[in-house]
Amino acid sequence: MTTAAVELPAPRDTVAAKILRFVAKAPMHLFLVALGALWLVPTIGLFITSILPASSLASSGWWQIFTHPSLATWSNYDKLFHNEGLLSALKTTAYIAVGNTILVVIIGSLAGYAFAWLDFPGRDWIFIGVIALLVVPLQMALIPMFRLYDTFGIFDTVISIILFHTAFGLPFAIFLLRNFFVGLPKDILESARIDGASEIVIFVRLILPLGLPAIASLAIFQFLWTWNDLIVALTFGQNVQPITVWIFGQLREFGTSIDVIAPASFISLVIPLCVFFAFQRYFVQGLLAGSVK
Amino acid sequence: MVAAPPGSDPAGRARYLTGALFLGPAFVLLGVWMVYPAVYTIIRSFFGRTGYLGTWVGGSNYVRLFTTHTLIRAIENNVIWVAVVPALVTAIGLIFAVLTERVSWAVAFKTAVFLPMAISAFATGVTWRILYQQDPDVGAINALGRSAASLVSAPGVLHTALPSTPTLQTRNGAVVLKAPLQPGRSVSLGLTGIPPQDVPSGAQQAVQPKAQSGAIDGVVWRDFKPGGGKPGVVEQGELGLPGVTVQVKDASGKTRSATTGKDGTFSFDNLPSGTYHASIGAQTFSKPFNGYSWLGPKLITPSLLIAYIWIWAGFAMVVIGAGLAAMPRDVLEAARTDGATEWQTFRRVTVPLLAPVLSVVFITMIINVLKVFDLVISLAPESTQANANVIALAMWRTAFGGANDFGTGSAIAVFLFVLVVPVLALNIRRFKRDV
Repeated sequence: MTTAAVELPAPRDTVAAKILRFVAKAPMHLFLVALGALWLVPTIGLFITSILPASSLASSGWWQIFTHPSLATWSNYDKLFHNEGLLSALKTTAYIAVGNTILVVIIGSLAGYAFAWLDFPGRDWIFIGVIALLVVPLQMALIPMFRLYDTFGIFDTVISIILFHTAFGLPFAIFLLRNFFVGLPKDILESARIDGASEIVIFVRLILPLGLPAIASLAIFQFLWTWNDLIVALTFGQNVQPITVWIFGQLREFGTSIDVIAPASFISLVIPLCVFFAFQRYFVQGLLAGSVK
Repeated sequence: MVAAPPGSDPAGRARYLTGALFLGPAFVLLGVWMVYPAVYTIIRSFFGRTGYLGTWVGGSNYVRLFTTHTLIRAIENNVIWVAVVPALVTAIGLIFAVLTERVSWAVAFKTAVFLPMAISAFATGVTWRILYQQDPDVGAINALGRSAASLVSAPGVLHTALPSTPTLQTRNGAVVLKAPLQPGRSVSLGLTGIPPQDVPSGAQQAVQPKAQSGAIDGVVWRDFKPGGGKPGVVEQGELGLPGVTVQVKDASGKTRSATTGKDGTFSFDNLPSGTYHASIGAQTFSKPFNGYSWLGPKLITPSLLIAYIWIWAGFAMVVIGAGLAAMPRDVLEAARTDGATEWQTFRRVTVPLLAPVLSVVFITMIINVLKVFDLVISLAPESTQANANVIALAMWRTAFGGANDFGTGSAIAVFLFVLVVPVLALNIRRFKRDV
């Protein structure tokens, strides 16, 4: 035998082999297609319900649209967009979600930077304390803050809801950002310090731009979390009425108000959905970084 | 090295100022909104229902927590949630993650499954409430159930019918002639309770056939005419019921079947002598599928669990998928080269290597499930919210939902907190190991 081994013919991808492989995999493809469709059905069902008149929903389900496509109408939405209550609820929710997101990002990244790069006594112990706060259920704060807000006369205001969300968003924010900032290259920071840059300059010029991916993840999380919140809004916002509280008020007459509930719910989920699609990558990154929560 | 210049006074003050600037806002918020309330709630849980503190009641709020019916129900339900959801979500996430690794269009699938994560639990509640409606004409899930049920057994043509005289009785869904028969008889199988639209098309005036020797014959008819008529007797204006299956069974258990004609008559000819029992088969009377009461008291918790799993499966899939992607390929390849089957590779290599990720998902889900609130309050109708109750909802209802009992509400909140403390300890241990 010579060392030059006999060249085996490379396994060729014949058409037959391709077809065979496809057929062998077909059941799994079908299974996944069915599952994916199954996962989409509820949301599609909500949307179709939202474009059907209440009269036709009383006697048959939303799938009637497949046999009677002419029933579809925008009139439910049309009515809602002339509904003062819904419009102001949307505005309230937007204020809360945006305001909270900005506050959490600013305060969280300041603290995250301090825990990552400033040297002060007991730093790691205090950080452990912050991690401990991660799991505290917000139910622990509902009663005391209800009283406190009442005492200071800020009960049922947008700012009181924002501050509540901000506080409960901070442990996660600090945790996420501190862990990200710690991983930033040390020498950049130190050369900046040697050059005499103050901590604030370093924070604004170096940390914030470098930390942008983590900050984006955090911002998306905070935005979705506050936009979608019900329990805080229901406790502290009965009159300012964010969107969830407004819809919640209609639930009592579920059957008869379905032409309001379904489109309003769909409107309330379109914006988070857009944010999700636009920033899916950051959302997933944040999820992975934070799933020790 | 983060060495600050050694402590000349102004420099030290500057450091403190910088520290205060960076940490101050966070400390104020955490202190006022988290630490103070936690301490207050713990103290408050030993005091009565109203007032800043109210009257000292000792542990009686906690006693109430474990003796009040609605609160016990909430705890029981949360036990079900914890027992079912984390395990199922982790398992489904694992299956999805492994399967999507093998298809080229995984991104589309993952997006579809992950989508509910972006939607509020509240909107999910509304969405599933539409699907869960009981009337199969309106609720999609019961509509599917009805289609499936009609494949197995179509609803009977006369599902509302009842015997018209006591000579007949209902047994196991069939209508049976009580008295045994000999050939040579003509029997009357009268039914009532059939709405006009349910009478099979083509039905004609019912006829009572003449008795013939060696045969059993008879009529199945709608024993009713406007004004009532005489039960058990075929009268002018009463319709025969065509297409109904009549059975006679002899002493040995042998069954013969015949189908009624347009005038409702049937006959069994050339019967050997003996005793027979006549009946109309149960399939004639089988009830149509009216839908399960998904939102009713019995099924509400399972319904909630399904919707909740729908939300969180995507989370598990994505986290476990990332774990899979980070797994050393050569280990898997080695297992395959050594002749391990796909299943063996999965069971002996993939799952053990993924164990840390799986436990993260599992623990995250335990915490989430303990705090579940939005979905329950929006999906469960008010009438069955007591049946669907969970700890977080019980806390809110007790403190804010009309009862306004801050003492018991605080005790429930503390109980919830105590349940998540083990996870807190776990997180801290993991952090200390990392540092």
